[in-house]
Amino acid sequence: MAVITEEMRKKAIGVETKPIILEVEKGMIRKFAEAVGDPNPLWLDEAYAKKNRFKNIVAPPGLFHSVTFYGVRPELPFELPVKRRLDGGGDWEYFLPVTAGEKLTLVNRISDLREREGKEGPMVFITYETDWRNEKSELVARAHSTTIFR
Amino acid sequence: MAKQVYFEDVEVGTEVSPLVKHPTPRQLVMWAGASGDYNEIHYNKEAALQEKLPDIIVHGRLKNSFLCQMMTDWIGEGGFLKKITIQHRGMDIPGKDITCKGKVMKKYVQEGKNYVECEIWTENSQGQKTAPATAVVMLPSRG
Repeated sequence: MAVITEEMRKKAIGVETKPIILEVEKGMIRKFAEAVGDPNPLWLDEAYAKKNRFKNIVAPPGLFHSVTFYGVRPELPFELPVKRRLDGGGDWEYFLPVTAGEKLTLVNRISDLREREGKEGPMVFITYETDWRNEKSELVARAHSTTIFR
Repeated sequence: MAKQVYFEDVEVGTEVSPLVKHPTPRQLVMWAGASGDYNEIHYNKEAALQEKLPDIIVHGRLKNSFLCQMMTDWIGEGGFLKKITIQHRGMDIPGKDITCKGKVMKKYVQEGKNYVECEIWTENSQGQKTAPATAVVMLPSRG
């Protein structure tokens, strides 16, 4: 039995958060790199960073896959009857390098909402589009990430 | 760090340098802290078993980061990861190696920039592709 009506779908798509400020910090990058086990000097070595074309510690692309890089989710205008969450994958596009010390502004919006019948009941796929902009309002990254609720 | 790979050095079929990761429960705790994902199925065995999982499982987004690491290691400082698209098709359990692999599928020049598209994936210890993915990178020219 379907849990998402076409009306619910239309209400949800386009819902977006207010802009959220995110400060990209050296410490955050280091903690991330250590958790992944990625010793790339681009993210960890300040002396090395000053001599390369970026001039500063670079934010690794994986950082845009961290939950903390998304701020809050846009709120659905209704409650879902299925609560368990699964990572439904996604795509991440990068436009400009980001370095430590930059202040990014992000916005999350619901870009798609679909339902499928799974083995154990209805599965709702919500796709969030997230845009990150730098202080010059240039788009530095855009992600479409899907969460599966079941 | 490996030496810089250039656009001229790769062709369709060239392998991306593989990356082997050895996730441990401790690493999953570090990832939870660093990424903000405190879902208990990743560090509390009882919670995992309650979700009908065989054991605590590796966070999907940590696998994403492993794939990003494989790409940034390969493309070097002169390269740029343009896009990565990832699906999660299987579980990985800490204590078992995850091998990231890939190969070049396409290379082309567009608006003066060198693009290389790769099919990449994480492979568990049984050879199953747990996170099939694609990556698009920009590589410098030898000039």
